[in-house]
Amino acid sequence: MSQTRKELLIDPLVDNNPITLQVLGICSALAVTSSLNVAFVMSLAVIAVCGFSSLFISFLRHYIPNSIRIIVQMVIIASLVILVDQIIKAYAYEISKTLSVFVGLIITNCIVMGRAEAFAMKNKPFESFVDGVGNGLGYSLLLMSVGVIRELFGSGSLFGVMIFEPVSNGGWYVPNGLLLLPPSAFFIIGFIIWGVRTWKKSQVEAREYKIQTLEEH
Amino acid sequence: MEGLISLAVKAIFVENLALSFFLGMCTFIAVSKKISTAIGLGISVMIVQSITVPANNIILSYLLKPGALAWAGFPDIDLTFLGLISYIGVIAALVQILEMILDKYFPPLYNALGIFLPLITVNCAILGGSLFMVERDYNFSEATTYGIASGFGWALAIATMAGVREKLKYSDIPDGLQGLGITFITAGLMAMAFMCFSGVKL
Repeated sequence: MSQTRKELLIDPLVDNNPITLQVLGICSALAVTSSLNVAFVMSLAVIAVCGFSSLFISFLRHYIPNSIRIIVQMVIIASLVILVDQIIKAYAYEISKTLSVFVGLIITNCIVMGRAEAFAMKNKPFESFVDGVGNGLGYSLLLMSVGVIRELFGSGSLFGVMIFEPVSNGGWYVPNGLLLLPPSAFFIIGFIIWGVRTWKKSQVEAREYKIQTLEEH
Repeated sequence: MEGLISLAVKAIFVENLALSFFLGMCTFIAVSKKISTAIGLGISVMIVQSITVPANNIILSYLLKPGALAWAGFPDIDLTFLGLISYIGVIAALVQILEMILDKYFPPLYNALGIFLPLITVNCAILGGSLFMVERDYNFSEATTYGIASGFGWALAIATMAGVREKLKYSDIPDGLQGLGITFITAGLMAMAFMCFSGVKL
């Protein structure tokens, strides 16, 4: 092991974030972020599924035949997601209604599959668990930041608690309705990626075409 | 019949899987660099979607729903908690079978679509389509229509996206926004354009 466990946990937060750099698991990142409560529950669900699926797959890694490994991973992940889905339905029924199909879609969330395939199949159980949790946290970090922006400026509240009193309640804040609609999530993530890549220059993608300047001509 | 047409229009434009529910985003962003590959992937998604949604509908109504096993003599059993694992199993199996059939009987089509088919198993648009079918309680004919229409909507979105991106690569974009960043913002603008359809009712 060249990486320490702490690095495994911290690295996916910014330097190797699953969403902004690895382009994994974007689907749900966009859909569930219009309110923080929902984004928070979704984050917990993804951290749990990602950590434990890596743990179990890593336990079984010597027994899984290579040719059917995808199906085995799928079954493990799907069982964990069913468990999480039932727990959310039991203890947070209202939120499970808003999350609708997106808890089920954790199965096809590429972060979980990607970590299982890239890390858990080759490493010891505890390291895999930490790696899974780290990637889940990286995902949650982005999910929560998008959630904060969308809920604060879209409806003036955080976790359902009023921060900016909207005009409709006699306050001063005119909510920006666009932020509650789907397209805004695309813009916010686009801008976050821009910010991160301006900060961490090494993440910038190379240009396919370069515009010729007059001097070079 | 009218109900089905309006369901189809709604699934293609208003509730477009890619642009208003963000399903299949990973492949949507990753495979939309060239129009020809995007169309190939779009068509495979449409085919798989129009098979798996009705298939999962049959499984739901004859095996999983409360009381669905009455034909086998177990009217009290409710197996809906097994839903997720059976849908993903059905999808994986059907994609595998489709791949083998295409390989045997339609080799040119297999060569064109072959690389995309395994990708489709983990495409959230496919699983999402089936889960929406369950949540909205569609019957068999509605499920078939929804499967075809939502697949078509996804294909339409990825093909247009690829068209935009092919032109976009010649433009002068700030370094940090290059690649992924600008793709997201483009997708956002497209999603806004698709929202204009939300007033359309048949």
